[in-house]
Amino acid sequence: MEHQFYFHLMMLIAIILAALWTVISRSLLKAALGLAMTSAILTIVMFKLDSPLAAVFELSVCAGLITAIFVSTISLTRIMTHQEIMAQSKDRMKRFGVLPLIIIFVGVGMWLMTKKLSITLPPQATETDVRKVIWNMRHLDLIGQAIMLLAGVFGVVVLFKQGKEKEDE
Amino acid sequence: MWWFYLSKEKRKKMNNEMVTIFWIYNAFALMLFAAGVYCVVVTRSLIRALIGLEVMTKAATLLIIVGGYVTNNTAAAQALVITMIVLEVVVIVVAAGIVLNIYRHNDSLDIRKLRNLRG
Repeated sequence: MEHQFYFHLMMLIAIILAALWTVISRSLLKAALGLAMTSAILTIVMFKLDSPLAAVFELSVCAGLITAIFVSTISLTRIMTHQEIMAQSKDRMKRFGVLPLIIIFVGVGMWLMTKKLSITLPPQATETDVRKVIWNMRHLDLIGQAIMLLAGVFGVVVLFKQGKEKEDE
Repeated sequence: MWWFYLSKEKRKKMNNEMVTIFWIYNAFALMLFAAGVYCVVVTRSLIRALIGLEVMTKAATLLIIVGGYVTNNTAAAQALVITMIVLEVVVIVVAAGIVLNIYRHNDSLDIRKLRNLRG
């Protein structure tokens, strides 16, 4: 159990470090890769917490698809000049330098708060098969997902259509 | 169902361990969320604001999964996380489209240059 505990702790620290790198790194491409790394470590945690199906989704969609979307978006924007990079780096350190301290403060504050709170765990759920839960018990979620996907497709079509019209003009 | 075959003392001990695990994960998820919020609030790049939003979503995902684990209800937690991931992708794709359109209009990703918007 202790061995497991230290593994969990190591993974959680790795997630925080990856997220910090994502947020603080100057390059947007590095930030996108850091986000993919955060997702990959989160996937390991999910596997260890008995959630393999969600872990597969997280790895394929969040670490794969979303990173590809971010990299495509970044590649469609202009490359910064050397002067812009130098001006931004000085400014960035001022703004993001305090972030590690804030994170440590939030973590310690939360840990101290746990001593004042007490929770009791609810009884075990009746259904343990995730496929049955998705298809038989959570119909509204599925309808919501379908509507959101259609709305997303419609949104992307409208957004890119406007861009094309501008180019034609 | 293995949970119900354990003795009362053992169940209580396991309950305490689960609660400890929950609080540790809770603290780390909050730290992750704080990093995301800080990124969204402080950054001046639109793409980095989206990345901050993603970091916040990771924190929520972690909390849902650990909630399912400690309550021995991983099936419902996974169903929720899958729904969340689908919605996350839709939000990011549409937001990326909006960001690209803003870039075409202003030739910059700087949030401060959006002051010329009407309204």
